[in-house]
Amino acid sequence: MGQIKHHLSDSLLMAYAGGTLSEAFSLVVATHVSLCDECRARLGEFDVIGGCLLDRCESVPVATDALARTIAQIGGGVQEHAARTRCGQPGDLPQPLHDYTGRNLDEIRWRPMGGGVSQMRLATSSGATARLLRIPGGTRLPDHGHRGLELTLVLSGAFHDEDDRFTPGDLEIADQATQHTPHADAGQDCICLAATDAPLRFRGIVQRMAQPFLGI
Amino acid sequence: MTRSEPSPDWADIMHRIHKDRDEAAFASLFGHFAPRVKGFLIRSGASNGLAEECVQEVMTTVWHKAHLFDASRAGASTWIFTIARNKRIDALRRQRRPEPEEIGWGPEQEPDQGDILALSQETEKLAVAIAELPEKQRFLVERAYFAELTHSEIAAETGLPLGTIKSRIRLALERLRHAMK
Repeated sequence: MGQIKHHLSDSLLMAYAGGTLSEAFSLVVATHVSLCDECRARLGEFDVIGGCLLDRCESVPVATDALARTIAQIGGGVQEHAARTRCGQPGDLPQPLHDYTGRNLDEIRWRPMGGGVSQMRLATSSGATARLLRIPGGTRLPDHGHRGLELTLVLSGAFHDEDDRFTPGDLEIADQATQHTPHADAGQDCICLAATDAPLRFRGIVQRMAQPFLGI
Repeated sequence: MTRSEPSPDWADIMHRIHKDRDEAAFASLFGHFAPRVKGFLIRSGASNGLAEECVQEVMTTVWHKAHLFDASRAGASTWIFTIARNKRIDALRRQRRPEPEEIGWGPEQEPDQGDILALSQETEKLAVAIAELPEKQRFLVERAYFAELTHSEIAAETGLPLGTIKSRIRLALERLRHAMK
């Protein structure tokens, strides 16, 4: 992973720390944080805020036998096994993403979406959808705007649009105000994790007609 | 806000829960945090019954995962907050919670006392800064953490324009960051 230049916003980190993000967006946040030490440290600060808020939260008395019942529940229980650690083999997906794909990148079964682009949809709860995208090197995606929020995290290869270039670990945050034409760098396929809470809005009539079939 | 008494040494209490499986230490942790976790869950929309059940599950998790608590990386309140939050997502929203990969630090390495002290001083400063936030700003930060509301939902609920909410939260975060420097 080279230098990451495009990071999570404060509002995404706070919503993830507060537990209000939908599952698909949480998956993108968790995957980016797995790759980005800077955002991991920032997320830590947002968790500390949560801890301070919990500490000053108005207490509500628990049942008189709550402690006794909890200790009874504990009795005979075993310590949970140690936390998962980075496996560190090249080609592996970050653990939170691997939990959803169930396989490594070279074993993904890609489904064509048209225009050379292929995808693997990931099962998350409703509210937002997540997918892996594989965009062949040099491919230009149709010019599109967004009705909601769209997060795109580069896993390998790179893409650029009118303003910026995104390389592995970089996160693009696009919302209603964003109208762009992402273009995969020539050469290597660009593989991204993308999540959105609304269908994309393509400018061209052909793509608009094809949209229901592409499933995005 | 006045501070009545210094808070107990939670790092030491967590250590006793982990190393000695000390039920008295657990009882003191429970006495402080269980009613707060319950308050947090009720503010998030849980019924009294569900909150009561979740509190016991959260505190059971605290006991079973005590060996994963590292006082040089997080304070007890932060750590318990993340467990309570995840329980809320699981119980109230019935969603999975994707978590970042853990960085391996070596589980049996003893945490550095200097790190623990620095972290607890930082947390203390942040707690003071939160208490001193203007009410309007603190209210919105609390809504974001406790009420399971997005900025747009807070806008709908309070009638405040979305831009006002975002700028108040931004100002609050600037103050909190400044306090931790």
